[in-house]
Amino acid sequence: MHIVVCVKQVPDWDIPPSSFKVDEAAKRVVSPPGVAPVRSQFDEIGVEAAMRLKDQSPDTKVTIMSMGPEEARDAIKHSLAMGADEGLLLTDPLFEDLDWYQIALVLSTAVKKLDAVDFVICGRQAVDWDMGVTGTGIAELLGWPALTIGKDVQVNDGTAVVERVLMDGFETVEAPLPVVATVSNELGEPRYPKLQQIMKAARKQVTVWSAADLGLDASQLGEEARKLTLERLYIPVSDSECEIIEGDTPEEKAQNLARKLSEAKLI
Amino acid sequence: MANAILVVGEVAEGALVPISAELLGGARRLAEGSDQTVACVLLGSGVEGVAQEAIAFGADEAFVVDDPALTEYNSDVYLQAMLKVAEQLSPAMILFGQTNLGRDLAPRLAFRLETGVIMDCVEMTMEGGRLMATRPCYGGNARAVNAVRTDPQIATVRAKSQDPLERDDSRQGQVTKIDAGIDQAAVRVKVTERKGMTAEGVRLEDADVVVSAGRGLGGPENFDVIEELAGALGAAVGASRAVCDLGWRPVSDQVGLTGKVVSPTLYIAIAISGASQHMAGCSGSKNIVAINKDPDANIFKASRFGIVEDYAKVVKPLTEAVQREKGG
Ligand SMILES: Cc1cc2nc3c(=O)[nH]c(=O)nc-3n(C[C@H](O)[C@H](O)[C@H](O)COP(=O)(O)OP(=O)(O)OC[C@H]3O[C@@H](n4cnc5c(N)ncnc54)[C@H](O)[C@@H]3O)c2cc1C
Ligand SMILES: Nc1ncnc2c1ncn2[C@@H]1O[C@H](COP(=O)(O)O)[C@@H](O)[C@H]1O
Repeated sequence: MHIVVCVKQVPDWDIPPSSFKVDEAAKRVVSPPGVAPVRSQFDEIGVEAAMRLKDQSPDTKVTIMSMGPEEARDAIKHSLAMGADEGLLLTDPLFEDLDWYQIALVLSTAVKKLDAVDFVICGRQAVDWDMGVTGTGIAELLGWPALTIGKDVQVNDGTAVVERVLMDGFETVEAPLPVVATVSNELGEPRYPKLQQIMKAARKQVTVWSAADLGLDASQLGEEARKLTLERLYIPVSDSECEIIEGDTPEEKAQNLARKLSEAKLI
Repeated sequence: MANAILVVGEVAEGALVPISAELLGGARRLAEGSDQTVACVLLGSGVEGVAQEAIAFGADEAFVVDDPALTEYNSDVYLQAMLKVAEQLSPAMILFGQTNLGRDLAPRLAFRLETGVIMDCVEMTMEGGRLMATRPCYGGNARAVNAVRTDPQIATVRAKSQDPLERDDSRQGQVTKIDAGIDQAAVRVKVTERKGMTAEGVRLEDADVVVSAGRGLGGPENFDVIEELAGALGAAVGASRAVCDLGWRPVSDQVGLTGKVVSPTLYIAIAISGASQHMAGCSGSKNIVAINKDPDANIFKASRFGIVEDYAKVVKPLTEAVQREKGG
């Protein structure tokens, strides 16, 4: 079985909200100085899902695919250190400012070019724009089924079985391979790479493909071909002023809060 | 129908679900002052009776796709049905709720129709016939305004972000049936099991008061005092993702970006740091109250009232004080 995991590199999400900045004119997020981009959280869970399948069937090949700038190689290397076999970096100036249709076009075209892929795993949403459409998009462009928001991913006799997280419960869905699945944090913690694996991964070659390698050009990837536009990006202002309730003892604070809530007709 | 805004209505227990009524209200406001009409499509089995309800909530006309194959959501089956609907009506815009159905089906439909989709919108306006949709991104830290250039413009809309119209049963509108013509041979996805997690008491997303607790509680057993406070307030209990990931509470209790979105009158956050991804699920609350031992916790920035204290020392007395205040 050949599994491809799509891993995106995104600005570090684990920074205090106060250091989160956007450049409104450029409609871009500006990372604080010295803070390196990281792997999108759900994508690491995708790698974990693939590695669990490989644990069960060791002849499984896991390829990590990332589209982004040269630095996205770091995301690939980390995923290789988690035990994946091969890395594929899709990088090209044409890939820089794409909408989701175009992103899915690039990723699905790469899947077609790769050797006999059975299973593509994505995160439920990338932890930058939180859009949550690329996995489904890849599936549609490949003509494959998509099983989304998985907390458990299995393959039995050529059929993918995914337990999905619903708003108020779970459901199990299955479809014959090839399929795309997207995964959520309920799947469990991604494994930590061991030192030895990190060293091995550092020596691994990562394949690099450009737009031309995929047979794509500006007619598909240019600004004109976008279906979605970004009109504005801003930080919402909150006008809340917090009144800290004082008191000599914790009990008194509690009583004072209850009184405030009662005065405000909230209880 | 090239000037119709099509709302994909959802039905539960023989009635239109609240988000669908909200969407119809939102669609009506978008159509205001233009020649656009609002249509509602209902997919399911035995849903025809709900069509009049959609009209009462603001649809000019309703379309019903009634087929036993649509009894429960299956992505392949529903996609086929929606493709049929889109082909017959060619609407200018299709709005889904950001629900189990919407977040799964809307992107599928968009890619199949080679158009764009905007997920999880919280504000919508119309500019020259194009939808301008505002959506939270970067874990709730930022907002983006997006537009779709191609037709139909597809979007999913967050629950409680739009006001429904007052139900008016005197409104008239045409109800038309559309034949789904499901090709079972083309259905690859099979749903084999569905497990509901219906909470007891008030539903979290509908509750007027929510008491949520976070990792600072230290263990699942400490939810007892949280339950007691919730009981005194008639509140539903929520939790942070940290708590659900630790297995202290079921996933269905999670409030936040990837959990539930709540907008109660009163939201009490106990031992929750207030990460942007958590706030993404509760910042629509009218009043937030925080109890946290860290005076610099982010949660205080969004709160109206706060107590800086070990939760273990204040929650019990707070429950008692609430009981007294309520008692008279
Ligand atoms: C893509 C993504 C999606 C996410 N989605 C969600 C989501 O939907 N919902 C969500 O909640 N999170 C979500 N998160 C996680 C989020 O970033 C935080 O990690 C999480 O909300 C932290 O939970 P917490 O506040 O309970 O825990 P912590 O951050 O550990 O905070 C615990 C708090 O308790 C306080 N505390 C400790 N002991 C006491 C005590 N004795 N008395 C009083 N206070 C005490 C501490 O001061 C601290 O503020 C998401 C993260 C990512 C990256
Ligand atoms: N540039 C990218 N490179 C690799 N994978 C990506 C990229 N963009 C999106 N993905 C995958 O698609 C998922 C959903 O992304 P999104 O639709 O942007 O929320 C991510 O979790 C990734 O698995």
